Amino acid sequence: MSSVPDASDATMLGRRTDGTPVRRPLSPHLQVYDMMQMTSALSISHRATGIAWTAGAALMVWWLVAAASGPEAFAWVQWFLGSFLGILVLMGVTAAAWFHTLAGVRHLFWDAGYGYDIPTTYKSGRIVLVGTAVLTALTWLALLISW
Amino acid sequence: MEPTRATTLRTPLGRVRGSGSAKSGTHHWWMQRVTSLALLPLTIWFIVSLATSAGLTHLEAAAWIGHPVNAVLLLALIGLTFHHTAAGLQVVLEDYAKPEWVKIASILAVKAVCALLALAAALAVLRLAV
Repeated sequence: MSSVPDASDATMLGRRTDGTPVRRPLSPHLQVYDMMQMTSALSISHRATGIAWTAGAALMVWWLVAAASGPEAFAWVQWFLGSFLGILVLMGVTAAAWFHTLAGVRHLFWDAGYGYDIPTTYKSGRIVLVGTAVLTALTWLALLISW
Repeated sequence: MEPTRATTLRTPLGRVRGSGSAKSGTHHWWMQRVTSLALLPLTIWFIVSLATSAGLTHLEAAAWIGHPVNAVLLLALIGLTFHHTAAGLQVVLEDYAKPEWVKIASILAVKAVCALLALAAALAVLRLAV
């Protein structure tokens, strides 16, 4: 595709299986989404944080299996979780988890048919972002106090 | 009164069940929502429990996991977490994985890994609880 004059054109320019260009309506794809907009940025972030949380779920399994295996295995997982890399991963997972949780609640409201208008969408998006920051900070405050 | 004419080849029962060619209708989508609702309190309970008890000794951790209330909630958390994870990763792979055999193979691999991780975690909880 030599040039795409504007975003709406990107949804019209496709290629046939033999490689020749064709103009026809296509499904929206990455090129037509402006990732500087909160709506699209939060949308893909919901997916990204869901994938990131998988790492947290794997850590949970390691922690449980180690606790059942004995003191030595448990010492290993506690050592990792307290290491620089471990704390970095845990901080990432905490933020991803809170984001995915709050954005997930936002999605449930949409599924129920509420909050579709633009002002509400932006407002709920800001709530998700501020909520993620506040809850992540509170989680780590609780962690540091109990340490 | 004029008899109603069928405007579709689908049977009324098929339309009500909402099952298309995938034979599953909205079940996958719906279960993602159901598990997310169930995970909401369970995840908050787990995060708060861990955040307020950092640096547990092995005996303390084993006792906490083995406590009947915690063990039941943990088993629920494990099953729902990996159901939701497998369902979510499946949708991502369906969207992006190409070609078709890579898509199918990666989805099956995700399901296998999620099932095995869930079983391993559940066994660990049961060993400490029973």
